[in-house]
Amino acid sequence: MIPHQFDYAAPKSLDEALKAIADGAKPLSGGMSLVPMMKLRLAAPDRVVDLARLKELSYVREEGSALHVGATTIHYDVESSAAVKSKCPLLAETAGFIGDVQIRNMGTMGGSVAHNDPSADYPAALQALEAKIVLKGANGERTVSAADFFVDTFTTSLEEGEIVREVVVPVEAAGTGTSYAKVLQPASGFAIVGIAVRVRKSGGKISMARIGVTGLANCSYRATAAEKALEGTAGSDADIQAAAALVAQGADANSDLHASAEYRTHLAKVHAGRAIKAALGKTA
Amino acid sequence: MATTTIIKKHEPSIGKRLRRKEDPRLITGTATYVEDLQMPGMHYAMVVRSPHGAANIKSIDTSAAAAMPGVAAIFTGKDILHIAGVPCGASLPGLRVPDHKILAQDRVYFVGHPVAVVVATDKYVARDAADAIEVDYDVLQAVADPEKALAPGAPAVHPQWPDNTAFTFHQEGGDIEKAFKEADVIVKERIVSQRLIPSAMEPRGVVASWHAAEKSLTLYTSTQVPHLVRTLIAQMLGIDENRVRVVAPEVGGGFGSKLNVYAEEALMSFVSMKIGKPVKWIESRRENFLTTIHGRGHVDYYEVAAKKDGTILGIKVKLIQDLGSYHQLLTPAIPTLSVLMLPGLYRSKNMSADIIGVFTNCVPTDAYRGAGRPEATHGIERMVDILAAELKMDPAEIRLKNFIRNEEFPFPTATGLIYDTGDYAAPLRKALETVNYTELRKEQAEARKQGRLMGIGICTYGEICAMGPSPATPAGGWESATVKIEPSGKVTVMTGVSPHGQGEETTFSQIAADALGIDVEDILVQHGDTAIVQYGIGTFGSRATAVGGAALHFALQEIITKIKKFGAMLLETEDITYSDGQCTCNKTGKSISIKEIAGAAYRAMKLPANTEPGLVATYFWEPPNFTFPFGAHIMVSEVEKETGNISIKRYVAIDDCGNVLNPLIVDGQVHGGVAQGLGQALWEQAVYDDNGQLVTGEFTDYTMPRAHMMPWIESGHTVTPTPVNPLGVKGVGEAGTIGASPAAVNSVVDALSPLGVRHIDMPMTPEKIWKLVNGRNA
Repeated sequence: MIPHQFDYAAPKSLDEALKAIADGAKPLSGGMSLVPMMKLRLAAPDRVVDLARLKELSYVREEGSALHVGATTIHYDVESSAAVKSKCPLLAETAGFIGDVQIRNMGTMGGSVAHNDPSADYPAALQALEAKIVLKGANGERTVSAADFFVDTFTTSLEEGEIVREVVVPVEAAGTGTSYAKVLQPASGFAIVGIAVRVRKSGGKISMARIGVTGLANCSYRATAAEKALEGTAGSDADIQAAAALVAQGADANSDLHASAEYRTHLAKVHAGRAIKAALGKTA
Repeated sequence: MATTTIIKKHEPSIGKRLRRKEDPRLITGTATYVEDLQMPGMHYAMVVRSPHGAANIKSIDTSAAAAMPGVAAIFTGKDILHIAGVPCGASLPGLRVPDHKILAQDRVYFVGHPVAVVVATDKYVARDAADAIEVDYDVLQAVADPEKALAPGAPAVHPQWPDNTAFTFHQEGGDIEKAFKEADVIVKERIVSQRLIPSAMEPRGVVASWHAAEKSLTLYTSTQVPHLVRTLIAQMLGIDENRVRVVAPEVGGGFGSKLNVYAEEALMSFVSMKIGKPVKWIESRRENFLTTIHGRGHVDYYEVAAKKDGTILGIKVKLIQDLGSYHQLLTPAIPTLSVLMLPGLYRSKNMSADIIGVFTNCVPTDAYRGAGRPEATHGIERMVDILAAELKMDPAEIRLKNFIRNEEFPFPTATGLIYDTGDYAAPLRKALETVNYTELRKEQAEARKQGRLMGIGICTYGEICAMGPSPATPAGGWESATVKIEPSGKVTVMTGVSPHGQGEETTFSQIAADALGIDVEDILVQHGDTAIVQYGIGTFGSRATAVGGAALHFALQEIITKIKKFGAMLLETEDITYSDGQCTCNKTGKSISIKEIAGAAYRAMKLPANTEPGLVATYFWEPPNFTFPFGAHIMVSEVEKETGNISIKRYVAIDDCGNVLNPLIVDGQVHGGVAQGLGQALWEQAVYDDNGQLVTGEFTDYTMPRAHMMPWIESGHTVTPTPVNPLGVKGVGEAGTIGASPAAVNSVVDALSPLGVRHIDMPMTPEKIWKLVNGRNA
């Protein structure tokens, strides 16, 4: 469990960090995935630049109708932030499901998002929230939607030299109910499946439904068929079941020691139903 | 000198929930483990290991590694030919014993097999150098499943033994043919006890330091058996045993996995002798998964014959033991313990067992908490439930019907044991009362009406503990203790057992404090260093207190006899009593304290007749028998149909381990044991693929039970002291593990029984249960 030799730098500013990354250094932001991979020698960067110490990226800010979460904000700060809990409760709830206390005190929003583990929790919420990911490189900034950012297993739309600077999520409108339901892989605590749901009701009907799914397939996704099935209904148990049955539509389910593709798909449907019901319960 | 001062009345410590003396150093992080040792000139070793389950080694190129700055030496298989193989301490008729060299020769037999060792000035250089060693392999087909290994045409693990059979072993008692002929009913089942990874919190580690001028070796190793390691390492390396010192410093758990002698212990000693420097090797967790022994690994075919009133007539088993690629210290002996345990708590005198020990391209199996007894108990307790279901009998009733009666003790079993004492119905009745069994069955009937899957699982178990009488063990089953009363009157106890989490520094202090009538804090217990402690056997098989504590008891009796001789001399009377830390003249009431007596014994101005100066006594105690604790566990569960999730509603553990010296420690043993038993029942499994790759090679895939997964354990006791030792204690280290897995599986099978489910193999993962709920095989 000893990594290859590597150089480590903890720059004081983002610009300095970006310069190092442009020169080929590997960004480290919490180290909850990269460090174990290095210790197992599955990753062997020559140089590591530690972003987690950049205080300038650790924040939760409310700007207009959005919350901006800086990339080095640790999961615990997201989970416990009064602003996130009241303005975007789905994100806080999801953060509380990540790993364990130690991991939530080390791991960061930017690190998790940029790593894009197919079983990570945040991507489900960010898909459902239609979050925007702000990327920054030596040549400037650009903003990508969550749907475009999460590309494939451990693959994002980050370009060489770019890092995640912040994540932007909406301040939920009144009457929105949200919920995250997760089946834990019992050994690792990662999601066998994780379903993030946002629903809004008006005039007795569901006017908006957003469902993000993680763990089921090679990459997180929005279950649009299920969303469409739910919208316009009254949200009865039958409506919920009909929508939940569509949550895995089009997904190529993963299979491993802990859950076969068939069982995983089944769990996704069961927990989609539960998460929708819980979210609807909070719309009042 | 003699005074009449009243010394405070000794308050007995035995039976009290004393906090452990060991804990402050463990909790504050100031204990010294092997990894904490530093020595001038220390070098660091890394072991290059096979990535293949089976392969021929074509060549090893060490040149690039040898050229790296800081690399002191590299050794491969050709360098260690003079060192004897890793010892197998078990002997069975016709046992095939492969030559287990400490580094692979021309072939590797399991993933993790040591191929080379590199030693350098720091561990980072050593690690990089290990990567730079190039081994060219010709990969062969491996076989990792014991039943596949027995199939015709299977790849041979050891080419010289193409049937992959290390041994077969048959034992029977009574008249099994007659029993099965007379049976009204015969039930059969295939029952698997899957491979488990012991996962001690501290992995193994070795520091070897050779002192060339004295031709002596000091070996620090994380072990349960320092004296056995000393004897066997001296033999392997050809060093005089009296010039080998083995120290087990703080040892962070073992669960049987450190009841062994490992290749690395000899290898690091060899390296230190070669380079003339102290050498440290610390096992990584990955290495621990791959190369420290695994436990269990049974596929058992049971048959039970019974009368239709539920009377068990006979038990047959064919037991397939996955041995792995080599024999470690006790590998082939472990399934023989299963056979001994086969009658369980039941009266049937007819049994027949056949063991087939099978080589596979996996790391060897060996003793893991319970060592053969959990496997047997799991099988027999599952079979009793299957029989009860077949006969539509209540599982509690069928057990009560078949228990050995109290008046039948000592009870000779069909497997040749003599059960010491027992009251088997008592813990079961207590457990049934605790859960309010009659009401609970009504509640279950109600739940079933509502379509809910609720289960009640009972396990009643026996154990073979306090290992053991020497003739029944491979290396001697006695234990030793020394009591030294220092000139100041403070007391040092040296025990031959080598505790590694069991708390004997506390319980042995209690034994000594109560015998001597002094404060627990006045006693220091030392262990684990062969240069300090007289020869001992070690801690395993629930023996430390039941054998080592008894040895201490007898050493204390000897020292008290000597104390009284000095007391009589000093008080100038033969009419004395020793209590509360003082000798008192029965006529005058004059007394003299242990401190004053000790002072006089060492000052030796005057000695009692035929008495040597000093106050030291050593006792080696040979137990006349094993002890046979027993108990009953009940688990209440509910299965969620939609997902297959099992929730544990109640867990009751009633154990009879004889007298309880420290209830806090006993509770801890039961809790930890239940956690490990539930771990096997619900989560843990070592899975090898067909190429011999360990799929569950990290904690990210091997599911260890964690605190939040545990039920509240309602533990209690009945007390039936054993006559085997003077303390009346039977051992409790393994009880929880033995009772838990059958209780859990019986509970979930009971929950699913309305669906026609009769047996579930472990671990009972949610997916397996979900499939059964949906009417499919798991």
